[in-house]
Amino acid sequence: MINLNVGRSGPEEPAADDAVRDVVLSSNELSFWYGDTLALEGISLEIREREVTAIIGPSGCGKSTYLRLFNRMNELIPRTRIEGQVFFRDTDINHAGVDPVELRRRIGMVFQKPNPFPKSIYDNVAYGPRVNGFRGDLDGLVEQSLRRAALWREVSDDLDKSGLALSGGQQQRLCIARALAVEPEVILMDEPCSALDPIATTRIEDLIAELRDDYTIVIVTHNMQQAARVSNKTAFFMVNDNGAGILVELGITEQIFTNPSDERTEAYITGRFG
Amino acid sequence: MARTEYTQQLQQIQDDLLLLGSMVEKAIVRAVDALKDRDLDGSQAVIDEDDQIDDFQVELEEKCVDLIALQAPMASDLRRLITVIQVASELERVGDYAEGIAKISLRMGDEPPLKPLIDIPRMAELGATMLRESLGTLTDLNMEVATRVAETDDVVDSLYERIFRELFAYMTEDPSNIQRATYLIWIAHLLERIADRSTNIAERAIYLQTGKMQHFQ
Repeated sequence: MINLNVGRSGPEEPAADDAVRDVVLSSNELSFWYGDTLALEGISLEIREREVTAIIGPSGCGKSTYLRLFNRMNELIPRTRIEGQVFFRDTDINHAGVDPVELRRRIGMVFQKPNPFPKSIYDNVAYGPRVNGFRGDLDGLVEQSLRRAALWREVSDDLDKSGLALSGGQQQRLCIARALAVEPEVILMDEPCSALDPIATTRIEDLIAELRDDYTIVIVTHNMQQAARVSNKTAFFMVNDNGAGILVELGITEQIFTNPSDERTEAYITGRFG
Repeated sequence: MARTEYTQQLQQIQDDLLLLGSMVEKAIVRAVDALKDRDLDGSQAVIDEDDQIDDFQVELEEKCVDLIALQAPMASDLRRLITVIQVASELERVGDYAEGIAKISLRMGDEPPLKPLIDIPRMAELGATMLRESLGTLTDLNMEVATRVAETDDVVDSLYERIFRELFAYMTEDPSNIQRATYLIWIAHLLERIADRSTNIAERAIYLQTGKMQHFQ
């Protein structure tokens, strides 16, 4: 088993720029196929610690596919193939020795549609720690996770209630609490607000702003304003002439939205194509 | 091209800005012509028409704010709207300077000027050219032109200094000249400010095209 516990830096003050922030996730000349269909082509990208990186781009450009490569979710789909490497810190995550279950504990994921288990709120959050053999104060861990997900005040008296009885926005925060309970380093978010109303969306966005002090977050979103509001860095993907998703530009979010380097990014974010 | 209506609105805003610019340029030229010709009606007309410039600037700014609120412009579109708001505000001030020249001209009434007006019309001509050229760089950035605007500002500054020293000499020579000399110093000062504002517009044009703030020294 390859040790994934390398290079996690301590709780020092969040760093100010790339020179001092460690690269947590990266891909190197990464291409990906669904059967014979090339979905992503030659993507090299670095995601740094305790930053929010947003991935934007038109439908079908492979944003979600790319996100799912970071915790090997795509291998659950038959006839897929990868070329190039994906790294979690210094580890090539597709190496035979890497345990995908442990990888997914370290790199949690929140999906487009809230998907709580048909269990109580408590059990939803406690599920991951129990499966991982957590020995300790489970009540404390559940409370801490719900607090971090900004849900504790709303559910503390109803922990036995079914997770499915919550509103959509609360369910999504429950799913975030569930992801946080196994103490991940990275949280991947695949359009986490697309099924939520504007108020619930604001709550999740506020939560992302709080979580970025402690976690590395990668968020795929169709909503450019959301990318602009929540992220430190923005990556723009589009489809090339081969029909495959490519990375056009990665930059500091302010720069991408005021003065992108690539004219294709400019055309997309000003709404002139895509 | 997607977002057709929005694109047309952006274009309209840019056209409006250039229209505002030409109204302001005309105000400078007319204010100084009226001063030279001792045309009090002409001066009064510049004062009266400044309201149109003020109203148009407010209207243009409101259009920009509406478009920002409703269309969430990004990248060069966003820079364009920010630039229009800033440049419209510069132009409104330049209009006020032209109005100021006209007001001083009225105060001077029928009194003959202290000296023949040579450098002041020269400053006005340079200022109007700078304004026209700086507005041109908003639609078609030419770094040479933008730099020339900034260099012309130095020429205007030295003309101002020369006029100031000359008029100061008149005042020390004979205190009865003070009032008429002061009028001309005011006018020269307003023209110097017009040149400064035009340089600001050229700087905004560079920001619009490149996304980088640059201040000419």
